[in-house]
Amino acid sequence: MVTGNQRLNKDCFILTLRSGDPLPAIFPGQFAELRLDHSGDTFLRRPISFYDVDREHQEMRLLIREVGAGTRQLGMLGPGDTLNIIYPLGHPFTLIDGKEFLLAAGGVGIAPMLLLGKTLKQAGKRPVFLFGARSKEQMFDLAEFEDLGEVYITTEDGSMGKKGMITDHPILEAGTFDGCYSCGPEPMMKAIAKIAARKEIFCEVSLENIMACGIGACLCCAQPTVHGMKMACVDGPVFNTKELLW
Amino acid sequence: MVDLQVNLGTLSLKNPVTTASGCFGYGSEYTDFMDISRLGAVFTKAVTKENREGNPSPRMAETPSGMLNSVGLQNKGVDYFINRIYPTLQQYDTVFIANVSGSTLDEYVEVAEKINALPGIPAIELNISCPNVKKGGMVFGTNRKSASEVIKAVRKVYRKTLIVKLSPNVTSIPAFAKTAEDAGADAISLINTILAMAIDAEKRKPVLATVTGGLSGPAVKPVALRMVWEAYHTVKIPVIGIGGIRSASDAIEFMLAGATAIQIGTANFVEPAVSIKILEGIGEYLERHGFSSVQELIGNLEMPEGFERYRPKTF
Repeated sequence: MVTGNQRLNKDCFILTLRSGDPLPAIFPGQFAELRLDHSGDTFLRRPISFYDVDREHQEMRLLIREVGAGTRQLGMLGPGDTLNIIYPLGHPFTLIDGKEFLLAAGGVGIAPMLLLGKTLKQAGKRPVFLFGARSKEQMFDLAEFEDLGEVYITTEDGSMGKKGMITDHPILEAGTFDGCYSCGPEPMMKAIAKIAARKEIFCEVSLENIMACGIGACLCCAQPTVHGMKMACVDGPVFNTKELLW
Repeated sequence: MVDLQVNLGTLSLKNPVTTASGCFGYGSEYTDFMDISRLGAVFTKAVTKENREGNPSPRMAETPSGMLNSVGLQNKGVDYFINRIYPTLQQYDTVFIANVSGSTLDEYVEVAEKINALPGIPAIELNISCPNVKKGGMVFGTNRKSASEVIKAVRKVYRKTLIVKLSPNVTSIPAFAKTAEDAGADAISLINTILAMAIDAEKRKPVLATVTGGLSGPAVKPVALRMVWEAYHTVKIPVIGIGGIRSASDAIEFMLAGATAIQIGTANFVEPAVSIKILEGIGEYLERHGFSSVQELIGNLEMPEGFERYRPKTF
């Protein structure tokens, strides 16, 4: 059941959901498949990653960006509405030894980074966030991230934080990270992966391949890897960049 | 209690509800959601001679009430199927039917021969209708001569129930249904996906990496119903109906059009346990209408007054 729909900006919102059943274990980087029941001719579920899990209140939060008819319909849901979801799905981010980790995300790629940041902090590690957007209007309140660690911002038009792409930000070179996690547009993730490879540090990315079933049956979300063709829905969406044929 | 059992030639299914090839993996993907042993049969993902990586991404495009795919028969090859998949299927109390594909006639024959040796697989579905491979697949299924050749060649080595999966991408379904029957098929299944295309206007690019793909989902159902109805009135062998089925009513419509059994495809992606809902819905329908056996539905269509029995055109 939907218990909240918080509008973050023109395109993004956070849906809060409560299940009648106790929440299963949900790890950062995992996702849910949301069914659209009143959306005209859209047909498939929408894969959405977990933004946050609140065990005390048995609630999950999903950060969603409106990109088409399906996500627009989700944006119209409000408290009391019900939503059919399949969760948790996918292979989550891996926690490794080390102290400081960079969490680099662009656009709606920020979605899995809150739960990941919380998990890292609980494990005694220091998350450092680096987020990029086109402009200030596309960004939103990042107070929850600021509670967990330093937050660096870049915008393409310079209206917030540093002007440029996140891959231009000096923290990438200045920081002494033991590893990095990334989610967002593919060129951005590729650039982060390249920097990580040069620095010889661990790097995982969460891919946004187009999916249908979400459970490894349809073989639509194929991703070429050094171990052959893998499926983003069950083998990912999180992959170590060393495995990807980028 | 109504009788749900149906027969495909000498192969008996406990009910007519089955899942379509490529839409249900090898069954194990769905065991978290339902008891797959309740199904009449599971048609496996296509099996080819060698490992196939499939087509590049993107392989999927959602379209109005449906989707396009261009997976391209991704699978690990027949030896992997025999050694790694087949042993896992024995634990389920349902019929597994292997979908067999290939790039050449010899490949079809070799795979069929190897699967013939598996006691736990009582039937194959010969896939001469995949639209997403450059060689084989639909190339065989859209030419009557090559369709006949490959079916006859497989028939020679395959002793159990041989189902031929037909392509909708032909001018005359009756012609191909008859070709399959004459070449020795025990049953036919239709339709495979409809060759289709999606374009991203903003990017001025095709959505799929392969440009074209196969359309499935509710969008194809009316086309599939018409084709099943035509096939039913053309051949004496059983017809298996496929195309956009997502409710018990859809399934019943296919049986009224002449299908002996039905396959559920794309709907599994939206509702993993939809096949059980359909199975239960068919039972309720039969009781509500006073039928004692599901077989009474097959072709049981009341035609408009004055409508002559459908006769396939000469071919």
